[in-house]
Amino acid sequence: MPINYYIFLAIALFCIGVAGVLTRRNAIIIFMCVELMLNAVNLLLVAFSKMHHEALAATNPQAGIDGQIFVFFIMVVAAAEVSVGLAIIVMLHRNTHSVDVNFLNRLKH
Amino acid sequence: MLNTLIPLVPLLPLIGFLVNGLFRQSLPKSLSGLIGCLSVLASFVLSLLIFQEFGTAGSEAITVRLFDFLSVGSVNVPFGFQVDQLTIVFLLIITGVGFLIHWYSFAYMHDENPAQFARYFSFLNLFVFSMLLLVMGSNYLILFAGWEGVGLCSYLLIGYWFEKTEYAQAAKKAFVMNRIGDLGFLIALFWMQARFGSLSFGTVFAKASGIPTLAITGICLLLLLGATGKSAQIPLYTWLPDAMAGPTPVSALIHAATMVTAGVYLIARSHALFDLAPVAQTMVAIIGLATTLLAASIALKQNDIKKVLAYSTISQLGYMFLGLGVGAYTGAVFHVMTHAFFKALLFLGAGSVIHALQEQDMRRMGGLRKWLPVTHITFLLACLAIAGIPPFSGFFSKDEILSAAYARNPLYYVLGLAGSLMTAFYMFRLYAMTFLGQFRGEAHPQHPIQESPPAMTVPLIILAVLAVTGGFLGIPAVFVTDGHLLGRYLAPVLAGARPPVEVPASTELMLMGLSAGLALATLIWATSRFSRKPDLREPRGLGRLLANKWWIDELYNTLVTRPLNALARFMNDILEKSVIDWLINGIGRLVLYGSRQIRLLQSGQVGGYVLLMVVGLVILFLIQLFLKK
Amino acid sequence: MGATHILFWVLSILALFGAIMVVVSKNPVHSVLWLILVFCFISGHYILLNAQFLAIVNLIVYAGAIMVLFLFVIMLMNLNADTEPQKNKWLKIAGVIAGGSLLLVLVAALKNADLKNQLVQTGGGNIGLIHNLGMALFHDYVIPFEISSVLFLSAMVGAVLIGKK
Repeated sequence: MPINYYIFLAIALFCIGVAGVLTRRNAIIIFMCVELMLNAVNLLLVAFSKMHHEALAATNPQAGIDGQIFVFFIMVVAAAEVSVGLAIIVMLHRNTHSVDVNFLNRLKH
Repeated sequence: MLNTLIPLVPLLPLIGFLVNGLFRQSLPKSLSGLIGCLSVLASFVLSLLIFQEFGTAGSEAITVRLFDFLSVGSVNVPFGFQVDQLTIVFLLIITGVGFLIHWYSFAYMHDENPAQFARYFSFLNLFVFSMLLLVMGSNYLILFAGWEGVGLCSYLLIGYWFEKTEYAQAAKKAFVMNRIGDLGFLIALFWMQARFGSLSFGTVFAKASGIPTLAITGICLLLLLGATGKSAQIPLYTWLPDAMAGPTPVSALIHAATMVTAGVYLIARSHALFDLAPVAQTMVAIIGLATTLLAASIALKQNDIKKVLAYSTISQLGYMFLGLGVGAYTGAVFHVMTHAFFKALLFLGAGSVIHALQEQDMRRMGGLRKWLPVTHITFLLACLAIAGIPPFSGFFSKDEILSAAYARNPLYYVLGLAGSLMTAFYMFRLYAMTFLGQFRGEAHPQHPIQESPPAMTVPLIILAVLAVTGGFLGIPAVFVTDGHLLGRYLAPVLAGARPPVEVPASTELMLMGLSAGLALATLIWATSRFSRKPDLREPRGLGRLLANKWWIDELYNTLVTRPLNALARFMNDILEKSVIDWLINGIGRLVLYGSRQIRLLQSGQVGGYVLLMVVGLVILFLIQLFLKK
Repeated sequence: MGATHILFWVLSILALFGAIMVVVSKNPVHSVLWLILVFCFISGHYILLNAQFLAIVNLIVYAGAIMVLFLFVIMLMNLNADTEPQKNKWLKIAGVIAGGSLLLVLVAALKNADLKNQLVQTGGGNIGLIHNLGMALFHDYVIPFEISSVLFLSAMVGAVLIGKK
């Protein structure tokens, strides 16, 4: 399986995630699209790790394991981030009774 | 010895200018007048010394180089003085007559307050300095610097009583018309520098024969334009009558004896160039002749004593130009000298009359010979001189020009003679209406009419002596062989000039007799007519045309002044306000508009920010993509 | 075309379809469900690549925990299709175009990469096995591992603090 198939797949998923961030106004959906982007990256990292393993397996049986360790940590961070992010969104909803990001324009000042 | 004397001559009036100018608030009148007069007297004494030394040193021109005035690229103009016979003649005239006028002013201007008095003398000294620079410069650029300087001083002095608007206008008019001439001069300078590679007299005159005639003619015509502005010839003469708004001694010095002769000096100095351009020379003669006739005709019907003298000056300058145009350079310079004497005398005499009567209109004068005897006699002598009656000075100089004109073209002689007769007529009309007959003015018991103080009458007497005897410096060959002292003196400078065609002796005597006789007849007729029946009626017909100066001022106004003013108004209202201001303000408005629009980007919406982030990312990738290629 | 290939293509197309449905769904709950499906397909990709540990962890952590958390929050706020705020039409188009151009640019940027035809080992290899991953984790990356536990602690504390009234 040539690597560029995986690359194109990951890029496509990533860009769909970007389009989702730009298109939706609901904060939760935006957050979900961010998760989608993260997953696209994860997929690509795993594919690259296997590519390196394929190339270097003769000399180093552990080649390419770093990619998968990285994915592990990305998942860790994503989990932590989701918990804190959703807490923030819940607070937002409690104060403004809406999850519309257009209401959050304090940066204007 | 000479090398130290020469720079001192212009330096002393310059110092006088600076002292009087800077300290005018604290100098008493006697002191400022003394400084003014003494600086010019000192220059005169130095000029005499130079004259004497030069006579013994030989006939080569002396050049004193002080420092590099302008040194840019291939243009190298030194600041230096060149003294030769022509320069010395002019030096003596300027400092001599100048000193007499300074002395005269001391009494004439006694009514002014001390600061103004000092200001007057500082301007006069500055004028003398500039004029000296003009005649002593060793290259055309120094000449031009002096040229501009005298124009400036003319403006300053005409507008001396600047509180009166029309005097200030007259000063402006003089300056602007001078500038028009100066433009011609400047272009000639540029052309000369381009063609000859130098502006020094020596270099230019040496290389002149190698330059094509068209270029020389062009340069000469442009120099002529400059000269017409400074010497009040057609078409740039209308400033001179208006310049009579200045104090009378100023009119005497600047507009009779010295500044207006700058044009004559220029052309005489450049005779090497004019000789190579016959077309330009003919133009000089024609302009001179036309101006003579025009100005003389206007003077016939003027009622202000100073205006008559102003037009007379223009007319006499026309004679000088005629002389230059027919090749009689010596005659023209001779006429400059004699004209300086009798015209300064006429103006100072008129000043004396004005000082006594506080009046300038001739119709309100008359019979003044009873009260102003010295003024009367000196004035009469000056009138005889200007009318060309032998043996007074005017006769010799004018006839030299006229006979050279006859030799070139008899028509020139006839027209010149007509001008000469008109001169006699209007001068004696002036004399008769002022000094003869009955007094027609109002008597002022507070200001009884009395003769002027000695500070004013002594210069008159000195000038009268010069006006009477000055002619003997140039006795023509028909009377005394080799009697033309001035001609012999100037010969080394004017060597190589195309000598005027010789006229057989008998013809010359006949011409002289003709002109002298007709002039005498005219003046007797004028005197008798105007002393009995002064010219008081309103002019009609041709007289009205002459009294209104041929409406030339109005013509210039319509052709030049009003269109220029309209153009200026157009530039200001439309171009300046609507276009340029709009453009500049528009840039400001554009920036404001742009900033207002860009401010809208800062909406506070995170979504917008992310969009911009993605767009930026795309752009960066694109740049990187294209750079790689 | 081997079974690997076919599987790859099927999973890819389904994943892309699911992602698009995530973005396009009006109802947030539907979006969540589609996203869970996408995670399942991606886990399928992981298994194809013999990254067994990651496949399971993806399902447990992402689909199982994180998405459930999302569902809880959505249910808590009672969001459904009616109350969904809609962005201005032009902005939506701008967003789609921006995403699209990003796609194009990234693809173009990779055209000149010289790695593109290297092969990926599918269906074999040891490194995805939990034994090897664990050995690498605890030998070479033990410090980040410990620090990630601190990270979790801080996240929990933060979430509780934010949520307090």
